[in-house]
Amino acid sequence: MKARVHVMLKNGVLDPQGEAVRHALGALGFDGVNGVRQGKVIELDLADGTSEDDVTAMCEKLLANTVIESYSVEMS
Amino acid sequence: MHAAVVVFPGSNCDRDLAVAFEAAGARVSMVWHKDTSMPDGVDIIGIPGGFSFGDYLRCGAIAANSPICRSVADHAGRGGYVIGICNGFQVLTETGLLPGVLLRNAGLKYICRTVGLRVETSASPFTEGYNAGDVINVPIAHHDGNYYADDETIALLQGEDRVAFTYTDNPNGARADIAGILSENRRVLGMMPHPERAADAGHGGTDGQALFRALRGVLSTA
Repeated sequence: MKARVHVMLKNGVLDPQGEAVRHALGALGFDGVNGVRQGKVIELDLADGTSEDDVTAMCEKLLANTVIESYSVEMS
Repeated sequence: MHAAVVVFPGSNCDRDLAVAFEAAGARVSMVWHKDTSMPDGVDIIGIPGGFSFGDYLRCGAIAANSPICRSVADHAGRGGYVIGICNGFQVLTETGLLPGVLLRNAGLKYICRTVGLRVETSASPFTEGYNAGDVINVPIAHHDGNYYADDETIALLQGEDRVAFTYTDNPNGARADIAGILSENRRVLGMMPHPERAADAGHGGTDGQALFRALRGVLSTA
């Protein structure tokens, strides 16, 4: 089984990398991009029986820094 | 004074930090990240600068979960002294020993130059060799030195006189110009600038020396 974890900076935390991407898109002529937020996707290949709670614990302990980041978990 | 300097894969200021401790009169033990305990009688632990574990995932995140960091947390929990410099500061925030987090520099560039720091408090074992308000020149060398914490935490740090150093000319976007902060018991210091690189006349400046000398003063009488 697999899990996909999305980690994003929380709203209100400045994302200088996203800003740089937004500027670069504008420079390439892509008008109308009002904002860019850059995050991470982490794919986990899990042993059978691993629960979503286990993955949530992994997020809390290591995969996300909840001071600045939020996360969501998709199990499949 | 017995200092332990923790070495992670990717640490690159560990030897400089050891030399600065030794120059201040300390006996230094180098401690590997896989070690599970500190040598006996360690007074202060130094977490050096560098790129522990290649900055993978987030700066300091993997190091903060390495075996030796449990001993660092235990040491701090017993009231022991800890200094984290640059990547070491990032590790201390990731372990939760210090609040906040270090984000990518606002200008997105790695910055390596000497900056002015204002000593915000002399009421700590690390800064008592300075006067509050002193401006000292210390090098920075980082890509992720942009200190961030929520408004409440910033107000708490300021209210409890736990901001140790601020930048005179903010190079990286850090909130409230913060360059270094103290723990609640004032025995854990995290700072982005490198005092160990301004601790010998050969470095071109010695403004960082007073920090290590102050520690010797505190720890030799402890």
